[in-house]
Amino acid sequence: MAPHPETWLQPRPEGLYCIPGGFFIDATRAVDRAIITHGHADHARSGHQHVLASAETLAIMRARLGEGRAGVTQQALAPGEMLRIGAVDVSLVPAGHVLGSCQVVMSYQGSRAVVSGDYKRHTDPTCAAFVPVACDVFVTEATFGLPVFRHPATGKEIAKLLHSMAIFPDRPHLIGAYGLGKSQRMIALLRAVGYDAPIYLHGALAKLCDLYVELGVPLGDIRSATVADKSSLRGAVVIAPPSAVADRWARRLEDPVVAVASGWMRVRQRAKASGVELPLIISDHADWDELLKTAEDVQAPEIWVTHGNEAALIYQLGKLGRRGRALSLIGYGEDADDT
Amino acid sequence: MKPFADLLERLLYTQGRNAKIVVLADYFATRPNPERGFALAAIAGKLDFPGAKPAILRALVATRTDPELFALSYDYVGDLAEAIALIWPKAATEAPPELPDVVATLRTTPRDAIPALIATWLDTSDVSTRIALIKLITGGLRVGASLRLAKLALAQRFEVDVDHIEEIWYGLEPPYQPLFDWLEGHIARPAPGTAPVFRPPMLAHPIGDSDRAGLDWSNYRAEWKWDGIRVQLVATPSGKRLYSRSADDISATFPEIIAAMDFAAVLDGELLVIRDGIIAPFADLQQRLNRKTVTAKRRADYPVGVRLYDMLFDGAEDLRALPFDTRRARLDSWFATTQPARMDLSPQIPFHTEADLAALRDAARDEGIEGLMLKSRTSLYLAGRPKGHWWKWKRDPLSLDCVLMYAQRGHGKRSSFYSDYTFGVWTGEGKLVPIGKAYSGYTDAELLILDKWIRTHTVATYGPVREVEQGIVLEIGFDAAQRSTRHKSGIALRFPRILRLRSDKPAAEADTLATAARLIGAERSSPMDQMSPTDQMKMSQ
Repeated sequence: MAPHPETWLQPRPEGLYCIPGGFFIDATRAVDRAIITHGHADHARSGHQHVLASAETLAIMRARLGEGRAGVTQQALAPGEMLRIGAVDVSLVPAGHVLGSCQVVMSYQGSRAVVSGDYKRHTDPTCAAFVPVACDVFVTEATFGLPVFRHPATGKEIAKLLHSMAIFPDRPHLIGAYGLGKSQRMIALLRAVGYDAPIYLHGALAKLCDLYVELGVPLGDIRSATVADKSSLRGAVVIAPPSAVADRWARRLEDPVVAVASGWMRVRQRAKASGVELPLIISDHADWDELLKTAEDVQAPEIWVTHGNEAALIYQLGKLGRRGRALSLIGYGEDADDT
Repeated sequence: MKPFADLLERLLYTQGRNAKIVVLADYFATRPNPERGFALAAIAGKLDFPGAKPAILRALVATRTDPELFALSYDYVGDLAEAIALIWPKAATEAPPELPDVVATLRTTPRDAIPALIATWLDTSDVSTRIALIKLITGGLRVGASLRLAKLALAQRFEVDVDHIEEIWYGLEPPYQPLFDWLEGHIARPAPGTAPVFRPPMLAHPIGDSDRAGLDWSNYRAEWKWDGIRVQLVATPSGKRLYSRSADDISATFPEIIAAMDFAAVLDGELLVIRDGIIAPFADLQQRLNRKTVTAKRRADYPVGVRLYDMLFDGAEDLRALPFDTRRARLDSWFATTQPARMDLSPQIPFHTEADLAALRDAARDEGIEGLMLKSRTSLYLAGRPKGHWWKWKRDPLSLDCVLMYAQRGHGKRSSFYSDYTFGVWTGEGKLVPIGKAYSGYTDAELLILDKWIRTHTVATYGPVREVEQGIVLEIGFDAAQRSTRHKSGIALRFPRILRLRSDKPAAEADTLATAARLIGAERSSPMDQMSPTDQMKMSQ
């Protein structure tokens, strides 16, 4: 009989550890061997000895952390390719979260566990779509694990932005969006509806946007907002990390319409408290319906929840005949901008 | 319903008057009749339905969702209508009802059929439409814009004078088809008739040193500037209304004034809480403001009256094109014959020279007085703030040296600046207690200094609020200090603003609560208040 994954995949203070493979997944502190699902700071930490990830994730890690800090040795694994590590067969499968994001599929003596990292099922022009893989244990996040979180179609939100740009043609629209993934997705979504004017970027986004272009995601005419003169920013779209929206940096913009693109914008009081004038409900995380649909698609009898609003999700999974288990891993989702 | 719901959502988030006007103007310009008319009615507070109780909605949501999941969700969201709207099962096809249909159907549906009706609508609607529907049906609809703002938006979009809209407003009923027909140029303007409409008031300019130097004092009349709210009393054969200076109809808030308006005239005056002829502090008047209904007890505890300044109409006769002295004489004789209850005349102050007035102004520390008004004898009653006719000469502000305690970012152009400040004074125990908030008065240079200092001296953050080190002293100016049970310090400051940054002063030397308490105006009246109306009449001749 195949061993239950809980005998060979364990939560430890450093993160999830695969015993027969001798590696951690998304370790939150420096370890010997780590597999990284995607490039966000809370999943891709610096200082590991050996790092295995998709080629895009490795490139993102080098860009964010600096050469040499993104793993002493780096090994790229192409999606769908199988690699034997110790006694475990490992493959990476797209997670649809950001460019390069992958689920880690582990098969050991006939039992299979999938660690999804962060993921979403909504379409995203900047990364490969999530692929469900049947398994015995599916490890999921639950950032939006409440039935109130159901993200609208991105088309509606982009239409909201375009309408605002039409009625305030002279005001710059400053969009707070996370630097990796969300910013590029916002640009790509605007390009997809035919918006081809220059889009201006906060300095912190330049490197990652250039990398996306290099990795084959076209973003059109993107320019630095920092060197642009005030008049050219009139009526323009400017993208900055959410923290910069409220910062002194934003002063270069004259009377901006402040927008924030995040799944948290779904709840009005939460959006209002952040001082945003145009909330855009666009998320790179699975919403409630996607979390449940994914549990169904992977047909896992057991779902482990790493972090987020797990209580409601585990309750609902139980009603659907699946065992839910809260891992309560510390250290993920702390960077609340990445939503 | 969807575009209306989107409008409500946009207004909820939009900061600033001008931006709200843009949002409203876009809506009115792009939506058809009668939808936009009903939206206007919603803003005017005229879309009332026999409200379904929240209990009905709770029961309804229980039939569609898991109670455990709803409890967790409601707990997280905090607002019942929003929690229901968000958790309600996703629409298979979105085909929300149209606003006019919602209005018509709600009016004809019996109460016991309402829950099923709501369920049907929620099934086919998106989230923002559901929120708007639930709030509309339960009577909790709040629009983040005043009626006046909506009228300004219409005026701007259709290029008419907003006063022309005001003049005909009370002759109109939802969904205001003739209004839109006129705005779009299809018909002539509906006749204002004898409706009790608002007339734009005449406002005064603050007087500066250079203005005073050039003034021909012999051509001016002086009055006290009373510290209440400026109101317009409109009584015509077809109705009676009390308006605020910004054209809000506040009749329902002050029914005793309406009851006393047993005449046909349009009058300009100051609404005040007056007990036995003595004007109470502004804080007392605040107990009466912004209430839709008012209890008998509150009416008795905070009795209001109007001190009259001017007369715009005597019966149907428009006096606005007459000089001030003539209008005042008409007001005086009208008052003598009419003797309206709850009203008196704002007396004129005899004086010869600027020095006479300066002395009076400096001596005026009574709570009911903000300063002096100077009105040209020949001034016509002109809408708005025409220069050179009326001046206000406010008394110098009181001041306290306070310590900056909390800061919050401003909105719009100031959204990246910590520009809203909460400051405090020292208690006897050596602790700081907040005494007020100020958003203005500083120079641009001072704002930059404060913003930078706040960012580098934050000790704690509470959402958008930063608590800062006790290291900055602000000289705060204010018009009056009043006792208040609503403030932790027990003191409320009126019109606090920052006079200057006291970088020379250490925080420990800022003022104390005891010092602040001494600035609370003694509750005595000015000699003027104790005069009978007849005495006042004599003075104003």
